[in-house]
Amino acid sequence: MQIEVIVNLKKIKMEVDANEFLADTLRKYGILSVRKGCDTTCCGLCTVWIDDKPTLSCTTLSFRANGRKITTIEGVHKEANEFAQILVAEGAEQCGFCSPGFIMTVLAMKNELTNPTEETIVHYLTGNLCRCTGYMGQLRAIKTYLGVL
Amino acid sequence: MFTLLNLVQPDTIEAAYKALVEKRNNIVLGGCAFLRMGSQRIGTAVDLSRLNLNYIVEQNEYVEVGATTTFRDIETNPLLNRYFNGVLPEALSQIIGIQFRNTVMIGATVYSKYGFSDLLTALLALDTEIELYKGGRMSLKSFLENSFEKDILTRIFIKKNERKANYQHLRNSCSDYPILNVAVSKLNDQWKIVVGARPQRAIIVQKASEEVANLELNSKNIDRVATMASNEITFGTNMRGTADYRKSICKVLVKRAIMEVLQCK
Repeated sequence: MQIEVIVNLKKIKMEVDANEFLADTLRKYGILSVRKGCDTTCCGLCTVWIDDKPTLSCTTLSFRANGRKITTIEGVHKEANEFAQILVAEGAEQCGFCSPGFIMTVLAMKNELTNPTEETIVHYLTGNLCRCTGYMGQLRAIKTYLGVL
Repeated sequence: MFTLLNLVQPDTIEAAYKALVEKRNNIVLGGCAFLRMGSQRIGTAVDLSRLNLNYIVEQNEYVEVGATTTFRDIETNPLLNRYFNGVLPEALSQIIGIQFRNTVMIGATVYSKYGFSDLLTALLALDTEIELYKGGRMSLKSFLENSFEKDILTRIFIKKNERKANYQHLRNSCSDYPILNVAVSKLNDQWKIVVGARPQRAIIVQKASEEVANLELNSKNIDRVATMASNEITFGTNMRGTADYRKSICKVLVKRAIMEVLQCK
């Protein structure tokens, strides 16, 4: 079937199967920042915003995106870059495979929470797994980025 | 991964129901998070997103929640954070991550009666009713205990009263499935002790719930009721824990929940 979605502010017509998931559709249309890392709906790597809400694109059937606004990291280049600089300065970028999903969650958190505590930040990010190492560097970077040191 | 042979997006609930009951392997789609873990072959999948069932509204006596409302909407809803000491947002807050909770839907979880559900345990401790399109309105308790014809769950009603409630759980790690969960609530002298993820579906522990109302609630008596609760119901064994282990932690969680409820304002 054909769906029409607004991906990073551009209207795109996409041909999708009834049981195709959005992560696969987006990759099929060249948006390769969207990654899948678990197959069990728990790692958060595939996070994109649907109507500005961080959502698992590996679990959202593509037809449900019809008429809606999808934002991937390609659509928030400036903010992502600003956060990435801080992340690198903390030495927390590691292999980078989880970064797009992780950064989309961090940017969504900035939009959603006001003056969060460390506990709130950790809770917001619980659905994002990084297999390289611990999360202390990431946490330092987020606190710097949100200005809640 | 599941296979869909056909997909419909009806504009009315009547049409959705008709499509659902047409064939045995037709189903209603929820958030698809659990469905995705299996390999079911589905005839016609019925998508409810055109039925405007994504809402939380306050009525005179109930908070009404539409079936396709997401967990995250419930978690961040000001009404549900205010009522019942925020027990529903609390119970949902440990389920994987916010992206996941932005995807999964309340109607699908309740209709599927998942044993591992955090939500069902908390909902059962409140005065919750559900509505099936054909089966009509009934208490959540009766829905969980009985079997019904294939149907569509449309709305959930949570009675607005002064019920004090608390939710407790044990997990191997944050955001994992619960090994056991407990919700306890109190309205005047009427208590409800609910245990879920046993790993069977949540139930009200009837005798212990009645007993707790008759006692002076000091530490010794709470211990006694908690032991009684863990003896009254059966537990099962799965990869997350044995029946014996669940029985032991049930006592602890019930005790904690009762003590928290006593502190609730």
